[in-house]
Amino acid sequence: MVALSQKALVTSADKPSRRSSFLSFDDAFRLASLGSALIVLIVLLGIIGSMIYGGWPAFREFGLGFITSSVWDVQRDQYGAWVAIVGTLTTALIALVIGVPISLGIAVFLTQLCPPWLKRPVATTIELLAAVPSIIYGMWGLFVFAPLFARFIQIPVSSLVEGLPLVGSILYARTPSGVGVLTAGIILSIMIIPFIASIARDILDQIPPVMRESAYGIGCTTWEVVRHVLLPQVGVSIIGAIMLGLGRALGETMAVTFVIGNANRLSASLFDPGSTIASRIANEFNEAIGLQLNALMALGCILFLVTFTVLVLARLLVARVKTA
Amino acid sequence: MNRMNGMPRTEMIQPDAWGRVRRGRYLADWALKAICVLFTALGAFVLGWILLMLLYEGISAMRPEIFVNTTPGPMTKGGGIANAIVGSLILTALGIVVATPIGVLAGTYLAEYGKDSKLAELIRFVNDILLAAPSILIGLFVYTLMVQPMGGYSGWAGGVALAIIAVPVIVRTTEDMLRIVPGSLREAGAALGAPMSTVIRKISWRSARAGMVTGVLLATARIAGETAPLLFTALNNNFWFRPDLMGGVANLPVMIYQYALSPYQNWRELAWAGALVITLSILALSVVARLLLRKDKVR
Repeated sequence: MVALSQKALVTSADKPSRRSSFLSFDDAFRLASLGSALIVLIVLLGIIGSMIYGGWPAFREFGLGFITSSVWDVQRDQYGAWVAIVGTLTTALIALVIGVPISLGIAVFLTQLCPPWLKRPVATTIELLAAVPSIIYGMWGLFVFAPLFARFIQIPVSSLVEGLPLVGSILYARTPSGVGVLTAGIILSIMIIPFIASIARDILDQIPPVMRESAYGIGCTTWEVVRHVLLPQVGVSIIGAIMLGLGRALGETMAVTFVIGNANRLSASLFDPGSTIASRIANEFNEAIGLQLNALMALGCILFLVTFTVLVLARLLVARVKTA
Repeated sequence: MNRMNGMPRTEMIQPDAWGRVRRGRYLADWALKAICVLFTALGAFVLGWILLMLLYEGISAMRPEIFVNTTPGPMTKGGGIANAIVGSLILTALGIVVATPIGVLAGTYLAEYGKDSKLAELIRFVNDILLAAPSILIGLFVYTLMVQPMGGYSGWAGGVALAIIAVPVIVRTTEDMLRIVPGSLREAGAALGAPMSTVIRKISWRSARAGMVTGVLLATARIAGETAPLLFTALNNNFWFRPDLMGGVANLPVMIYQYALSPYQNWRELAWAGALVITLSILALSVVARLLLRKDKVR
């Protein structure tokens, strides 16, 4: 309507006036918005494209063996991703096992137990955990946490389980330095807590208060309200939140690079050093040339596919939490 | 009931609010509360621990001359982090200057033009993916896009990599904030004959301003500490950067990464000083951003 009347005005005025340039500004503004929105799309396509383009020579050279081979030999130009893939999945899994219960506990505390005056400081504290740069977590992990971890966990546990079947190999540290796959998983768990906790809190907040009030009204305890009223309500969206945390854990680079030990070795023990896809790229990319560069790009491609899948699943499971 | 029937015996023995609750229920409830409080305290404890560590190590490394001198080479005594601080400021500013118009316009498109169309849904979806995508992959992307063709590391590539990380944050907050603006405001503007672009700029943006500024501040806080995307783009060096920003540009995150893992004592001290500077700035920025939004909500 508006546009129509203005067009009519312009034609009646015969010569192009200020009005017509005003109209074109409106169009230009709309196009600029659309263009910016499309940039977001193009960037994602560009990331996929550059990974495939850069990694292609490695995939062509090694075929499917690139994924299943655990050799990473720069001298002989032989590359396989298996160790890094296993390291990535293991650390992310440890992070979830430790981080998810803690995150959910924090979310329940913030929504059900916390007195109103304490809500804001606690929420801010947890959010600030997300604001701390990952490199700082790396330094804390390497210089503060790892020595303590070696002294109070690795050495006692190792001497306890030595010689036992299964546990003796999973929790035995040959060199109790504190760095390793388990340490990386623990640091990652701290880093994903704020993300899972804040989404879980939003999900819990969305449940109509009437439901929980009626449960309290018939004499339920907090535990019973959480278990029998809130849990059935949140259902799969909590899994979405967890997947989002998993996506973070899979791609985290700097903190892991500090504490995982960066060894290309497949070890049964969680106390032994290993490497993840991201840590290997961070470590080797700047010195890499030729096929090694392509192999690292191919690693990036695998990481992208895995995180992409996880994030898409997460997005499908967790309904977008609206601020309004 | 019991109270009414005049049988208050158990309640007199146990006069707390629990009355006659089965022990199992009481325990389960108590355990849940204890665990939730414990976990929350754990989160706060870790944050406090990290901050104390930074203060302890950082302050002992803090000397006035490190804010003047450039980063030292291997086996060189003294030195400072001045070039890394300035470099970080420039890269972050570059990233945010590139990202803000793109992010604000894209968020505006989603909230005002696209709304629930297929394209808008797709872009919203892609934006959420980018928001959580591993930052090291963005570094690899910009390496392929800019470093390889330009034949070397540059501050420009670093700025673009940071911008790619900042854009999704700004898009998301801008859209969320614009969606809160009541439709009646826009209708009032349109009824006066204002074109769409004027309605958006003069009405929607104006009423969502505080939220949008918060988004930009949070994006700044996010990219200021990013290390991974800078490793392959701006890298680092021990000198003042060139005025055209070509070649490596010193910056705090990569400097901290390289120096913290080095065997030299003075390098490590500088890494701690840098870590304290960067963490305090980022935390302050995040707190200011949140206060700004809160003040706006109250108003």
